[in-house]
Amino acid sequence: MDLQALGLTLRLAATTTVVLFALGIPLAYWLASTRTRVRPLVEAITTLPILLPPTVLGFYLLILLGPRTAFGRVTAHLLGHPLAFSFSGLVVGSVLYSLPFAVQPLAAGFRSVDTALLEQARLLGAGRFRTLTSVLLPLSTHSLVAAAALCFTHTVGEFGVVLMIGGDIPGATRTLSIAIYDQVQEFSYAAANRTSLVLIGVAVLALVLLYAHRSTEEASRG
Amino acid sequence: MADIAIRHRQGRFTLDAAFSLTQPWTVIFGPSGAGKTTLLRILAGLVEPTSGRVHLGGRTLLDTAANLSVPAGKRSIGFVTQQPALFPHFTARQNVAFGIRHLDCDQRAARVDEMLRLFGAESLADQPAPQLSGGERKRIALARALAPAPDLLLLDEPLAGLDDASARDILARLLSLQVSGQVRVVYVSHDLAEIWRLPAEVVCLETGRVTAVGPLQQVLAPHRDQLLQQLR
Repeated sequence: MDLQALGLTLRLAATTTVVLFALGIPLAYWLASTRTRVRPLVEAITTLPILLPPTVLGFYLLILLGPRTAFGRVTAHLLGHPLAFSFSGLVVGSVLYSLPFAVQPLAAGFRSVDTALLEQARLLGAGRFRTLTSVLLPLSTHSLVAAAALCFTHTVGEFGVVLMIGGDIPGATRTLSIAIYDQVQEFSYAAANRTSLVLIGVAVLALVLLYAHRSTEEASRG
Repeated sequence: MADIAIRHRQGRFTLDAAFSLTQPWTVIFGPSGAGKTTLLRILAGLVEPTSGRVHLGGRTLLDTAANLSVPAGKRSIGFVTQQPALFPHFTARQNVAFGIRHLDCDQRAARVDEMLRLFGAESLADQPAPQLSGGERKRIALARALAPAPDLLLLDEPLAGLDDASARDILARLLSLQVSGQVRVVYVSHDLAEIWRLPAEVVCLETGRVTAVGPLQQVLAPHRDQLLQQLR
């Protein structure tokens, strides 16, 4: 069992989930409440990673983050190292790849909140931020749990994007799914089996927590 | 004193209403589909009308010609709808306190207690909103709307669905506001029996147009037979 890869994978999944919440909650709130004509376009762009092959997303990110583009050169100058083939680069790739898994459940949760409650919040002087924090988020806990579980497990199991952007650097970019690939290449099927079981365990645990939370919520509603 | 002139098109329906609120209580009376709720939603700032003006107590809340529309939360208007829309994750006390966050802790607690007392709901303070009955929810919704001391209280069929005893009690408590002169009330109803004894001016609304304005019993006298039929 590659404990270094396990630690890196969990750190990547946790960081990605936190960053996705910071970006996804305002974006989902905007998508759930706006009537602007560009909404379908923004929705399409945020959903695109579900349909794109991970290697395609990874390839373009590799180009974007590398020294061929101004963005790549500026970030390399600011960080002191290129984003490609680094942990920070993996976070950028994972955030983009898992964006729909945060935004879709969050936006669906926000849309399901009774508009009469949002109108009462407005009438009682709550601005957009207070409406979000005092009404929408507390009434969308199942969507928050779903988004967290999906983002975390999706990042844990990520392969194509990670391989394209990060390569296979032990301790820096080698995640569990890359480790499995390496183990299979070395014909270490027993090791690959153990690592795969860990990934299956993480996915099952996340789903059990998700459904347990839904059952608790349904029970509390009576 | 408040002056209202609203024109609003919604599909094939046009609301075209102009009237003044000259009394502490004004009843908007009319059949279903007359535009009563739309009118209240426009006054509250929840719907932008096609055109119109609303002046309330020296403030201009809406003037489409001047491209002015005060946001709903800054109009000093409370709005209680048929469905009380209490925040389900809060207790009754937290619901009432929602609109008075600007007050300090002691003042807020005192104001919440005062509002709960006004509607006979002191014992409900710590009840989670989903555990309240229909009548209790109405009391808390009214207390919540009045807590910020609005200049105008909009009531959209607030007694609909309540048993007679609850409805009578809540109405008596609302009428006590008139005695203390705290707030101007616009009361929407299509139930003649409910509004007949209200000391109010009435604005009759039919298919989006004002058909009569005046003292309630005088304007609605032609409908008395309908009321008697209801009471039988």
